[in-house]
Amino acid sequence: MMIKLETKSLREAYGLCLVELGKRSKDVVVLEADLGKSTRTVLFKEAFPDRFFEMGIAEQNMASTAAGFALAGKIPFYNSFAVFASGRAFDQIRNSICIPKLKVRICGSSCGLSDFGDGKTHQSVEDVAILRAIPNMTILSPADAVETVMMMEAMLAVDGPVYIRINRNDLPIVTPENEPYRIGKIWELRKGKDVAVFATGYMVKKALEAAEVLSHEGIEVRVLNVSTIKPLDVKAVISHTKGVKGIVTVEEHSIIGGLGSAIAEALRKEAHPPIEFIGIQDKFGTSAKAYEELLEAYGLTSKAIADSVRSLVGR
Amino acid sequence: MEAEKVVELKRVALKLRSNVLEMVGVGKAGHLGGSSSLAEITAVLYFHKMRLNPKDPKDPKRDRFLLSKGHAVLIQYAALVELGYFPREELKKVKTLEGILQGHPDLKTPGIEAVTGSLGQGLSIANGMALALRLEKNPARVYVIMGDGELSEGQLWEAAMASANFKVDNLVGIVDYNKIQATGPIKEVFDTGDIPSKWKSFGWHVIEIDGHDIPQIAKALDEAETVKGKPTVIIAHTVKGKGFSFAENSAAYHNAALTEELYKQAQEELRKQGELL
Ligand SMILES: Cc1ncc(C[n+]2csc(CCOP(=O)(O)OP(=O)(O)O)c2C)c(N)n1
Repeated sequence: MMIKLETKSLREAYGLCLVELGKRSKDVVVLEADLGKSTRTVLFKEAFPDRFFEMGIAEQNMASTAAGFALAGKIPFYNSFAVFASGRAFDQIRNSICIPKLKVRICGSSCGLSDFGDGKTHQSVEDVAILRAIPNMTILSPADAVETVMMMEAMLAVDGPVYIRINRNDLPIVTPENEPYRIGKIWELRKGKDVAVFATGYMVKKALEAAEVLSHEGIEVRVLNVSTIKPLDVKAVISHTKGVKGIVTVEEHSIIGGLGSAIAEALRKEAHPPIEFIGIQDKFGTSAKAYEELLEAYGLTSKAIADSVRSLVGR
Repeated sequence: MEAEKVVELKRVALKLRSNVLEMVGVGKAGHLGGSSSLAEITAVLYFHKMRLNPKDPKDPKRDRFLLSKGHAVLIQYAALVELGYFPREELKKVKTLEGILQGHPDLKTPGIEAVTGSLGQGLSIANGMALALRLEKNPARVYVIMGDGELSEGQLWEAAMASANFKVDNLVGIVDYNKIQATGPIKEVFDTGDIPSKWKSFGWHVIEIDGHDIPQIAKALDEAETVKGKPTVIIAHTVKGKGFSFAENSAAYHNAALTEELYKQAQEELRKQGELL
């Protein structure tokens, strides 16, 4: 691993990795929009003040400025909350960055519902959908701090723009630390023949919990962490669904346009069993006093996954 | 600037207009108005001021020319072809599946520096380039041309604040102040008010010139190079459609097709202007 990890915080891991990447390459520059304490780019600012650019609360300008850095040979990382990093700057991402396929890295921090208190304006439920539709874009969604580090290490080499979706809260580790990683990898974290569950982000942990419960009922669930949502490893998706009785996708994102859609698109030419989408049901987020409480309110729980699996196998 | 040099650059500007006219052609749409208002500025930049290396369009030491008002890319193609960045045959294939000249700036064309066309983004991109060059202690300079109608884009003012905040002095903004946007005069369509004062209050060094006067353009660009610690913008008063009587000061030829008759007339007008030089 690129850094010695002593945290379960994805954003802390992200910030520490930025510093490490900054040491490895003088071309790494970081742009921030007044959220550096949250996104953890403050760590890079302390280490490399000359390569840190506080752009103010102006995300559109930040996105196109990052394009300019990339055109001049730098590897810029620009940062904000996911909802602003993607939505506020959509046209800039599309035109300034993705058409010319520039090496811009976009960190969508506090993604999904993870900024539970701030409510709908700050929660990103459609960032993956809008960015997935843009050609040339790579979309990463780490499940935990370990995978965040692996992704950061692999990211410098990607030729073209990358969006990484970072959860605000400390999350339990599900990624095997000593296994090799590459961008595009679909991790099979649990074997099972009955139902394939494709999950991403924190939902991978929820899927593993559901699988554990179900195995006591004699239902074996294959749990797959799809942390590269685009480009999706279509072959792996197809092979993981061969012979199962049902497919479930789980994401902390709208069921429109995110992981579920990507999996369904991947299977469109195959005979496949029914697919159940677990995600945010075409709704905005809302404020809550705790993260788990909010996830429960939106049906993003291991129980919901287990119920869905049971109904797919006819129990 | 010597009189001879001035005449030479005037000839270049005419040649650029003539290339633009060729690309607009007959019966197909093209941005004649906003391209021709930039002919002198483009001529001075590409044929006098900028350090270029047409043999190696990616030479790190080159100065950068960006059209934030990307729809005027025909004027940039007109200059690039004269400098040998791509073969002349490409002009005929502009905006076709066969050619390398897209409807708006695209990196597949040698000499094009950024993707622009969605208005309001060029100054931000230019800032990123200028800051990167500064990190590298690379003396190259960045020139970015904006439209006056384009100034209604909010992102441009985010970028204007950023240039001042970062004291970007290796970048020059140029506003093609032709007083007309796509559908009519700025004053009638969407009045952007006192443009020089706006830039001043955003912390820029402001130079106002006649954007068709070659010595004034050259002098302003020289002056910009001496300004340290803040960005410089040149507000260039221009005429949309300059050089084509039917298109001057009119929104009608912002992006319009020419009839055979008008095309011939336009050629004739350019020829006469050449004779007067
Ligand atoms: C974001 C965006 N909105 C709208 C357009 C369509 N458009 C192209 S040119 C133009 C008018 C530009 O006016 P101005 O900046 O004054 O340019 P000029 O008159 O010098 O050609 C418009 C509205 C665009 N290209 N980008």
